[in-house]
Amino acid sequence: MRVMVLVKASEESEAGVMPSEEILNEMGKFNEELVQAGVMLAGDGLHPSSKGKRVAFSGKERTVLDGPFAETKELLAGFWIWQVKSVDEAVEWVKRSPFQEGVVEIRPVFELEDFGEAVTPEIAERDARLRAEVADRA
Amino acid sequence: MSAAATRQAIEAVWRIESARLIAVLARYVRDVGLGEELAQDALVAALEQWPESGVPDNPGAWLTAVGKRRAVDVLRRREVLDRKRDELGRELVEGEEPDLEAELDDEIGDELLALVFTACHPVLSREARVALTLRVLGGLTTDEIARAFLVPEATIAQRIVRAKRTLAATGVRFEVPAGDELQARLASVLEVVYLIFNEGYAATAGEAWTRPELCEEALRLGRILAGLLPEEPEVHGLAALMELQASRLRARIGPGGEPVLLLDQDRSRWDRLLIGLGLAELARAEALGGSLGPYALQAAIAACHARALRPEDTDWERIAALYDALAQIAPSPVVELNRAVAHTQAFGPEEGLELVNELVADRSLSGYHLLPSVRGDLLARLGRHEEARAEFELAASLTRNERERALLLERARR
Repeated sequence: MRVMVLVKASEESEAGVMPSEEILNEMGKFNEELVQAGVMLAGDGLHPSSKGKRVAFSGKERTVLDGPFAETKELLAGFWIWQVKSVDEAVEWVKRSPFQEGVVEIRPVFELEDFGEAVTPEIAERDARLRAEVADRA
Repeated sequence: MSAAATRQAIEAVWRIESARLIAVLARYVRDVGLGEELAQDALVAALEQWPESGVPDNPGAWLTAVGKRRAVDVLRRREVLDRKRDELGRELVEGEEPDLEAELDDEIGDELLALVFTACHPVLSREARVALTLRVLGGLTTDEIARAFLVPEATIAQRIVRAKRTLAATGVRFEVPAGDELQARLASVLEVVYLIFNEGYAATAGEAWTRPELCEEALRLGRILAGLLPEEPEVHGLAALMELQASRLRARIGPGGEPVLLLDQDRSRWDRLLIGLGLAELARAEALGGSLGPYALQAAIAACHARALRPEDTDWERIAALYDALAQIAPSPVVELNRAVAHTQAFGPEEGLELVNELVADRSLSGYHLLPSVRGDLLARLGRHEEARAEFELAASLTRNERERALLLERARR
């Protein structure tokens, strides 16, 4: 299974304070470990929300909002995408990360079988086409 | 933490730590079977103690310490036996007790690689190599392996026990092979990983068309190998091949669970993340120089498809050339069949049919359902529909996969 690991923003990350060399080193080692274990699929750090934009939707209307955004704790400072056997495995990996404070959130990514009845329009369309073809031949 | 939560945490720790733990212990006792048993002992100790004490801060170090203590016990017992056997009259010099624990700390660092090469040793049958690899490198339980391969758990358990016994009886050394031997042994390792992948990618038996968990396991092993052997182009080639093939997993299965052929697949469902990883691995294989090996060539072919955003963008001439190269270094009827398909796409069905007819005459593929399936496809394209139908029916009678049979019979009716 795949999980997205979300590193929440802090006042420092939002202020654009770069982590110390020590933390960067340790993070590098941790990432290396994830790669060597075949767990890491992707991951990056994010600029503070002051460099970000939001697009708000209301019907056909789109409003562009400039950062920075309030609610610091709900913002993101970085992310990973991992391939793991279980959410528990992801938890164990997160525990090994060098963070000293803050919160890291783990969210399983939808897999094909999670969709169940909620198939994409493309699949539904192909399904319908296939049924029509079969019916034609019958 | 509840008992159930602790158990889950232990399983997760095991998943992360077991391979290295087994490797460290196997290096010390010079026996994979015993190393694995010692690691299991450590796991049992964790299952007994952690629900009471809580999961330690450094669970890996905890397990290693317990495993090492058990290893020292086992070796001391052996030593005592050896000494008793040796000669009663020979006097023991006091204070010469070897410092086993200090010796145990002296890790060389390549024990994980030694574990890979030992579990995939050619002295073992393919099935035994696959089972042992999933067990000691993937950290899978016997039950999990049995379920993945749709065989009874006792079968897998027996395979693993026999494999350990064979390794001990034939005196296989726990080490990374050097020189010429490395290449031969590496071929066996790559074969095992690719077998695991293919078992998941194109299930050979049963109703399901794919078993993604096995693919994920193989992908993980491939990535681990690429990290352990960064100078070996074929290791990157295999990793690239698996990432690229796995990128199409979601698109290969239709809404009714039936297989969808490559050119009919909805490419928006291809996994761009895996494609990116696969192309990067292929670039690493190419950057190491020299001519590409069989895995890297197959990865290069898969990359041609991955790069084409629409089927009509596919560089078939390059694919045909890559198959020509593959047929040179790794000739097989299956490669020839795919080569025929590529030449058909690049240069037309007449040329493809000519290559396929050679294969039919060769007879080495009689019984292989894809040969009549491809021949049927070519005949249909040339408007020879009656002949095509007979070929699809023949193909349907030869496949073991139920969903594939349904697909072929549907084509026969077209």
